[in-house]
Amino acid sequence: MSEECAVELRDVVKAFGPFVAVNHVSLQIRDGEFFSLLGPSGCGKTTSLRMIAGFEMPTSGHIYIGGAQQGYLPPNKRPVNTVFQQYALFPHMTVAQNVAFGLEMSHANKGEIGRRVHEALEMVHLGGLGTRKPKQLSGGQQQRVALARALVNRPKVLLLDEPLGALDLKLRKAMQIELKNLQEQVGITFIYVTHDQEEALTMSDRIAVMDKGQVLQVAEPEALYEQPTHRFTADFIGETNFIPARVAALSPTILVELAGGIRLPAGWVEPGIAVGDRVMLSVRPEKINLYEAHELEELTATTCRVRGVVERLVYVGTDTHHTVRLESGDRVVARLQNLHVDEEPWEMGEATTVQWEAAHGRVFKEA
Amino acid sequence: MSTTPSDRTLGMGARLRSRLGSLSLSVYGVLGFLFLYLPIVILVIFSFNDSRSTSQWAGFTTDWYRQMIEDRQIILSLWNSLFVAIISTAIATVLGTLAAMAMERYSFRGKMAMDAVLYLPIIIPDIAMAIMLLIFFNVSGIGFQPWEVQFFGNRLAVPYSVIIGHVAFNISFVAVVVRARLANMDRTLEEAAQDLYANTWQTFRRVTLPMLMPGILGGALLAFTLSLDDFVITFFTSGAGFNTLPVRVFGMIRRGVTPKINAVSTLMLAGSFLLILISIISRMRSGEDEDAIQFGL
Repeated sequence: MSEECAVELRDVVKAFGPFVAVNHVSLQIRDGEFFSLLGPSGCGKTTSLRMIAGFEMPTSGHIYIGGAQQGYLPPNKRPVNTVFQQYALFPHMTVAQNVAFGLEMSHANKGEIGRRVHEALEMVHLGGLGTRKPKQLSGGQQQRVALARALVNRPKVLLLDEPLGALDLKLRKAMQIELKNLQEQVGITFIYVTHDQEEALTMSDRIAVMDKGQVLQVAEPEALYEQPTHRFTADFIGETNFIPARVAALSPTILVELAGGIRLPAGWVEPGIAVGDRVMLSVRPEKINLYEAHELEELTATTCRVRGVVERLVYVGTDTHHTVRLESGDRVVARLQNLHVDEEPWEMGEATTVQWEAAHGRVFKEA
Repeated sequence: MSTTPSDRTLGMGARLRSRLGSLSLSVYGVLGFLFLYLPIVILVIFSFNDSRSTSQWAGFTTDWYRQMIEDRQIILSLWNSLFVAIISTAIATVLGTLAAMAMERYSFRGKMAMDAVLYLPIIIPDIAMAIMLLIFFNVSGIGFQPWEVQFFGNRLAVPYSVIIGHVAFNISFVAVVVRARLANMDRTLEEAAQDLYANTWQTFRRVTLPMLMPGILGGALLAFTLSLDDFVITFFTSGAGFNTLPVRVFGMIRRGVTPKINAVSTLMLAGSFLLILISIISRMRSGEDEDAIQFGL
């Protein structure tokens, strides 16, 4: 294993009776990284996090933290700290006592505890609130206390289990930026569990997409969005159009055939697909443009072009979503930015031609 | 008088009906409370009656209270009661709390059976429990020898059997109360403590126990009251010559009812009120913790 690995999961399985929550997961999380586990509820992301923390033991496989195998070490013997979903602040202790708890348990001396608790509370902008009880604080403030309580111990790795889930949208956005800044400031590895793809994209250095107990793809946010390698990922991250098709050729270029014999080039094809297979062509809505017949330039080999009719327009401020019914009978959504006020808008029922670059078309297995 | 919308929309008849309804409800409530508390008021009044009669008023006196205090037997049985209650409450609170922890936090073989057995003393009649205990002590031959102890300047001889008997039924009540509190406690608080390097004992000592405290105090208070109050089990398990206050009162009644019994009863009543007062005050002390009010007794 490489030296810069903060946490490594090797072929980890967790089964609860017949239910397999985590199914042969292997991950390498680098030192100092903001790493997110992203997936819908029940995908195994929280169970994975709880196994790193030591609250659950793997059914098989191994977990390494800082190169050391954790085995059956209990949570109190592991160099990680957790920020819980509902904060889990001790209600019978003051904010300062909450933050001091971990240091007291690891037998730091009194002066040291006082100094570090003060620092930690300053860091999360709660300087004057040390003597309050958690109940006297707002949700956002409680969230900061939970952060301070974990970070004050200077763990190798900080585990965060949907820590912003209970906050309202505006506060959540503000905390996202603050969390990211904090992580850069302290340089600790963050492992962040969330089901909110936007949150993951905003904050993470890398993201692991999980579904049904398995890791489907590990990539940087941009790569995850632009080059999903699995149909689930393309669907879960952002929005996309799926157009049913059949593979017509794989070399020298990838060609798929839509209903009505329309052949289109594509940029990437999922491994294991053969000529003749039924597939899904995925194109992101913002990659698609609409043209009137007279605007069209000469067709090149790397351009996809299909005629259609504008069926529906949804104005959402920055963009307008145009639903176009293609010649093939399929519907696609094109998201066009509203750049000019005086632009002639498309009208429902108007004939149009949709166009996108072949490189943006990704071909996935049908199911 | 201001007119609210409801006054205007309701007709005369409907308004009258609703007035009558709330009035009759009040009357009903007052009658209910009279039924419950009038006998107690009469009992207290006649403890001050200047006559041996407990039904005909003959003038005010505190003489019965003086007689009660001078009655060495009554005072001794009072100390017996307090001693049994304190010791059995202390033991039952520790054991009951541990039992609640076991039932709520761990799974083990025979848990269902233990669950049923734990509730048994609450469900079965006192008399059955008393006879059960009596047979146990008789057959095993343990327990009837007295615990000779110096208690607030009084020489007491308390049979172990009585204390064991009281512990036996009080464990259940403590366990039930503590368990309710435990079931409502957020498990992630304990996980958070472990995550912050606390071992099992430190987690219990620093997080679980303080969170449980209102439940434990509530359970202890309940156990103490039940122990002070108990007649049947004490009567059967005490053997000859040992009296707690309720057993003593029973003995006195057999020789005729005098206002002295009223005086003893009033004293016990005052003691109960004091316990209630303590529980209310302790609840108000931990006032910001709403859970304490919910689960403390």
